[in-house]
Amino acid sequence: MSMKKILHCALLVAASAGLFLQQGATQFAAEMRNDEQVIRISASTFEYKPSEFTVKKGVPVTLELISVDRHHGFKLPAFHLRADITPGAVEKVRFVPDQAGKFTFFCDVFCGDGHEDMAGTLTVIE
Amino acid sequence: MSDLMNRRDLLKLAGMGVAVFVTGTTVRAGGSAQKKNESNDFYFVQLSDTHWGFNGPNINPDSQGTLKKAVAAVNGLDEQPDFVVFTGDLTQTTDDRKIRRDRMAEFRDIVSQLRVKTVRFMPGEHDASLDRGEAYHEFFGDLHYTFDHNGVHFIVLDNVSDPMAAVGEKQLQWLQADLLQQVKNDTRIVVLTHRPLFDLAPDWDWATRDGAAVIDTLMPFQNVTVLYGHIHQEHHHMTGHIAHHSARSLMWALPQPGSTPKKAQIPWNAAEPYKGLGFRNVEAEVAEARYEIQEFPITRG
Repeated sequence: MSMKKILHCALLVAASAGLFLQQGATQFAAEMRNDEQVIRISASTFEYKPSEFTVKKGVPVTLELISVDRHHGFKLPAFHLRADITPGAVEKVRFVPDQAGKFTFFCDVFCGDGHEDMAGTLTVIE
Repeated sequence: MSDLMNRRDLLKLAGMGVAVFVTGTTVRAGGSAQKKNESNDFYFVQLSDTHWGFNGPNINPDSQGTLKKAVAAVNGLDEQPDFVVFTGDLTQTTDDRKIRRDRMAEFRDIVSQLRVKTVRFMPGEHDASLDRGEAYHEFFGDLHYTFDHNGVHFIVLDNVSDPMAAVGEKQLQWLQADLLQQVKNDTRIVVLTHRPLFDLAPDWDWATRDGAAVIDTLMPFQNVTVLYGHIHQEHHHMTGHIAHHSARSLMWALPQPGSTPKKAQIPWNAAEPYKGLGFRNVEAEVAEARYEIQEFPITRG
């Protein structure tokens, strides 16, 4: 791993640790892989795991979306992203977060009694 | 001005071709019957989001009684409407096929007590998304259709049996064909559907995925009004000259779009039971292509 990558990872870990302290242990930091921030998200009725995660602004992000039960959706309106998540497949969504803040994502494929609660929060830090 | 007009609080919506009346009574204006007899004017009742089968004491401890009270309230209207429409989410969703059908049967039995025998149904996502409308069709028939009444062309659109909340290309083509064959540019059109056709609150998924295509299809027609449900509250919006009006629920209320971080059900308030729940009368003044919407609570004020 190059020194640049090591420094990058260290910054992300430090920034995420700050958020852990501020907001409790539910925040989940991205894993660095080939200069991308990678988050693997599991969808099931009626939740995402993790439901809250943190990435750094300006660094490419790959979301690896899987479903463990039925057809779900993933919609992140702030970044104009959506995907279908079906069992047995890994759906990859790539984007570069260009704004900092907290952004809601949710399931946009009706999946049952509890569908309305199936949502999470992406935090983008500077 | 009639007694009703004196009691109700009139909210004029400039340029919307509609007047919304908020009332605490179920007595209708005395002058309406005479006017109705002299023209094609008529009125109908819209009920929505009854969610029969829902169980949540903190949200609605009278979940078994609210729909029945609404039916009684409609039956108590001095002048009966020409027909009643239910704009979706008749039942609370369930994964269990038998329970789904039991709820639909119970709902159908309850609303069969309406004095008005012309009742139009359409599905919500709770009724139709998990089985693509199979059970709904068994109990209530087609998921999209048209009917005409006193010179108004009603179009019922299904934006829920596709769990991705889309009308779909096939139904869009059906809509285009209907408009081409049945409708002139100045025909009075009322669209009845469940979800908003415009992007009301994208963060809360209050939209129809291909709603813009529906609106584009309707846009050439001069007199179009959309009545819908889904958002469990009264809301009024214009897309160009097309007016969109959502109705209250008969089970729980939801917060105003984007007013809270989370789209959570509003808890029951024992000091103000049934607050935010209700139904509406829609009075169609056909010649003027104008609609008066009059909101009613579940119980008499």
